[in-house]
Amino acid sequence: MHTILIVAAKEFRDGLRNRWVLAITLVFALLAVGLSYFGAAASGSVGFTSLATTIVSLASLAIFLIPLIALLLSYDSIVGEEEQGTLLLLLTYPLTPAQLLIGKFTGHAAILAVSTLLGFGGAGLLIGVLSDQVASFELWHAFGFFILSATLLGWCFIAIAQLLSVLVGEKSRAAGLALICWFWFVLVFDLLLLGVLVMGEGRSGGQWLAWLLLLNPTDVFRLANLAGFEAVREYTGLAAIATGPLFRPYMLAAILALWVCMPLGLAVWRFRRRVV
Amino acid sequence: MNAIVEFIDVNKRFGKVQALEQLTLSVQAGEIVGLLGHNGAGKTTSMKLILGLLRPTRGEVRVMGKAPSLQSSHEHRRRIGFLPENVSFYQQLSGREVLRYFARLKGAALPEVERLLERVGLAAAADRRVRTWSKGMRQRLGLAQALLAEPRLLMLDEPTAGLDPAATREFYDTLDELRGRGTTVLLSSHVLPGIEGHIDRAAILGQGRLLAAGSLDALRAQAALPLTIRVRGRWASQDWTHGISAAGMSVRPVNGRQLEFTGPESSKLAVLRLLLDVPGLEDVDVMPPSLDALYAHFNRAPTHRENSSCTPS
Repeated sequence: MHTILIVAAKEFRDGLRNRWVLAITLVFALLAVGLSYFGAAASGSVGFTSLATTIVSLASLAIFLIPLIALLLSYDSIVGEEEQGTLLLLLTYPLTPAQLLIGKFTGHAAILAVSTLLGFGGAGLLIGVLSDQVASFELWHAFGFFILSATLLGWCFIAIAQLLSVLVGEKSRAAGLALICWFWFVLVFDLLLLGVLVMGEGRSGGQWLAWLLLLNPTDVFRLANLAGFEAVREYTGLAAIATGPLFRPYMLAAILALWVCMPLGLAVWRFRRRVV
Repeated sequence: MNAIVEFIDVNKRFGKVQALEQLTLSVQAGEIVGLLGHNGAGKTTSMKLILGLLRPTRGEVRVMGKAPSLQSSHEHRRRIGFLPENVSFYQQLSGREVLRYFARLKGAALPEVERLLERVGLAAAADRRVRTWSKGMRQRLGLAQALLAEPRLLMLDEPTAGLDPAATREFYDTLDELRGRGTTVLLSSHVLPGIEGHIDRAAILGQGRLLAAGSLDALRAQAALPLTIRVRGRWASQDWTHGISAAGMSVRPVNGRQLEFTGPESSKLAVLRLLLDVPGLEDVDVMPPSLDALYAHFNRAPTHRENSSCTPS
């Protein structure tokens, strides 16, 4: 445990040093404030809209941005150390491959968690104050849940990136794979589902489609955040089909957590097999 | 017997490449052993086996009584220091930060970091980023990290590669100091001159096989390599050289004033006595067979392996 923390602390300090933390925090804060301020532009006015509207539009944008940032942060985790020549030396130290990998994951996860909390949290406070909604507990709860699920979404993709970084032998290949992963989960997967739905002319739609959505962490995130808002459920077709006890927000968050553990476990397994 | 490292009939194969073949070798506590051979002879593979980074295809490797692996106990692996060939570090960190990170991982106290930086002569540069350092400085940082937590077994892969002569001399001083403290050292090299005086025993590897092992004196005797004596002087005739030929050495003129005698080591004293009586002699130089010559000899004659493959001291 102690060893994992040593590795994690080093990764986190690297994140502070090369301004990853600062950059991600700023991007998130600007995004939240900007969306909130210009969110109502379509209806002919600018100014801070409600936190609820902001969360819904933020969630749609976060789906694109957070996986990308997470993949960029971690795709070279192990393969980068290998190319640098430090991996060989590290493995001769009293630290197991699993400890190294989990330590790296923990460090990167902390970078993303802190940035998300500071970026979105700070912006949320500002929006709340400026739109006079400070008192609503429900909204703060929803916003807190948004931050939590956004962090979990980021961790999913950090775990996926760790897996990529132990699968390949070169940094450039890891980068390419990371990009493909992003395309698959963020764009292609949903298009395919939509295609299936259209070809079946709506007949085949139903519960099984909702279950398929669970195979994509970005969709789980989307469902989790939209499910919290009854008003939103009405418009969004995707959320409307996902009903039942499994599709409650905290259940969905637990599924996201599962999406963190699976690739990470796979990465540890691969890494241990790869080095010896 | 107090063997720190034992190879028992070890084979290591990478696909079709036989990296090590029937290697049997042991390193005793407190010994300094040189692992000698060309690139690809199996030196680095042997070290990786000791570190548990690789597992033998066949045979057994034991380090301090245990089969090494990446899952070995924390305490066991703490006692081993390693300097890899072409060591490299985190470019964006300073030397002190790098060494502190490694010290934490190894459970060494932080004051030791300062002491080691001082010892390898990097204290002044410690706060600069490793990116700006020269190859020699990185190599010295590599040595410093290998010395963290006072290892019982130290493995140095090509430790003097990239070091300037002064740093090389300092490195050998460190080696002699470690010997005084009873540290077992296994070092590999393909540059032979220089390490001769600092190793207790040499193991000569070629194409994955142990060609010979033993103390340098024993290896010299075993190879029966000729001794060379070079003399310089002013003499009218060279009739006196007949006596030396009779003592068992051949004569070869180098130039007008220099001669070279080559022959078995056993006739050294007899020849020297004769030489001292030669009028006009100005200088005598006795050159024992160098490790280079030894190495060339064993590499050429793999048959020697049979009677020398296992030479525990």
